[in-house]
Amino acid sequence: MIRLPIALTVVAGLAVAGTALAGGHGGNPAVKARQAHMQLYGFNLGILGAMAKGEAEYDAGAAAAAAGNLAAVAALNQSAYWVPGTSSEDLPEESRALPAIWEEGSKAGEIGASFAEAAANLASVAGDGKDAMVSAFGAVGKGCGDCHKAYRASRN
Amino acid sequence: MRRWGLTFAVLGLVAIAAGLWITRARVTPPDQLAGLTGDATRGAAVFWAAGCASCHKAGPDGDPLVLAGGQMFQTDFGVFHAPNISMDVDHGIGGWSVTDFASAVRLGTSPDGQHYYPAFPYASYARMTDADVVDLWAFFKTLPASDTPNLPHTLGFPFNLRASVGGWKWLYADTEFLTETTTPELDRGRYLVEALAHCGECHTPRTALGGLDESRWMDGAPNPSGQGRIPGLTPAHLDWSANDIAYYLETGFTPEFDSAGGSMADVVTNMGKLTAEDRAAIAAYIKALPG
Repeated sequence: MIRLPIALTVVAGLAVAGTALAGGHGGNPAVKARQAHMQLYGFNLGILGAMAKGEAEYDAGAAAAAAGNLAAVAALNQSAYWVPGTSSEDLPEESRALPAIWEEGSKAGEIGASFAEAAANLASVAGDGKDAMVSAFGAVGKGCGDCHKAYRASRN
Repeated sequence: MRRWGLTFAVLGLVAIAAGLWITRARVTPPDQLAGLTGDATRGAAVFWAAGCASCHKAGPDGDPLVLAGGQMFQTDFGVFHAPNISMDVDHGIGGWSVTDFASAVRLGTSPDGQHYYPAFPYASYARMTDADVVDLWAFFKTLPASDTPNLPHTLGFPFNLRASVGGWKWLYADTEFLTETTTPELDRGRYLVEALAHCGECHTPRTALGGLDESRWMDGAPNPSGQGRIPGLTPAHLDWSANDIAYYLETGFTPEFDSAGGSMADVVTNMGKLTAEDRAAIAAYIKALPG
């Protein structure tokens, strides 16, 4: 009979650990890591985009740095934070990542790889003048749209 | 007493006749487009503005110039399957005349006189000019044929009765524009938004009968093809600058450099093919929305 209390203690301990990881202030760490990743994209895209839009002067050094960051972030191995069990159905309050990402026939990985390629290409030309930067910027934007079209839930 | 009965019978017949007349499937008069010659290049611009490919391409990743149909749309009224509108004579619309095409696009009437369901946004396309319809048809004729067979819609009663669509059209299909404009740019923007790009079909909430609630024009609405909401575009909902809106339509990037998703990603692909002037006109229209 001694086993049952031990088992209960273990279960309770796991539940506490799980709550600490997933609940309260924290949120799901994988979802938070993904959102941080996207924020880094957005911040660096913003620097390039302001130049593309004509809201900021083109600056070769700043453009090269932002595009370099974008390519570096895109090249990160993200497999630990795109984990099953963290979709918009699993965590409706936190996640907008549609379950289709993890389903048979998902093209999310493929889109991610071509996005990383487009970002690397942008990084290689972003310092060569505004026109070169703007023309490589389009392919990066297409990558964002390709993934968000099929794999991100609409906002409520 | 007998006279009263007769009066009622006559009134009843008149009411039925009027109802049938009101809900009849209307077609484009055969001579309306005579003398107009379509220009396929101009038609391509109409095609992208009107977003035909978003629904009629074979799938979300399909080639936008192969209008094979087959995409499924789950709605409150039932399941619609976009038909094949490629140039195939048997499975598509390759055997149509320009008048058939105009009747379909602007009046929602098929060549055999049936009502189309308003999942096809003809209530917006109703405002399309004759010249644009003829140019669009000229462009359609340059597109490839696909022999993909059509799939039937699956609708519940009474929506499965096509005749009921006649009443819907009487209530909701209108060639009048919905807003007042004061400049040529706003005129162009209004034409693009209210006719070709049919933005209101998703961004305006619908009545219980599925018509656009024009008193809440561009006020945002539940997503017709999934979860979540389509955002409102009036000043109460959207504070972007005109430049931000035009840039978003071109690239998909919001002012915060988030990017368009869902159905809007396809819209951005289409809008990216318009001229910068047309995107600026749409932005000007949106900035001028009341409320």
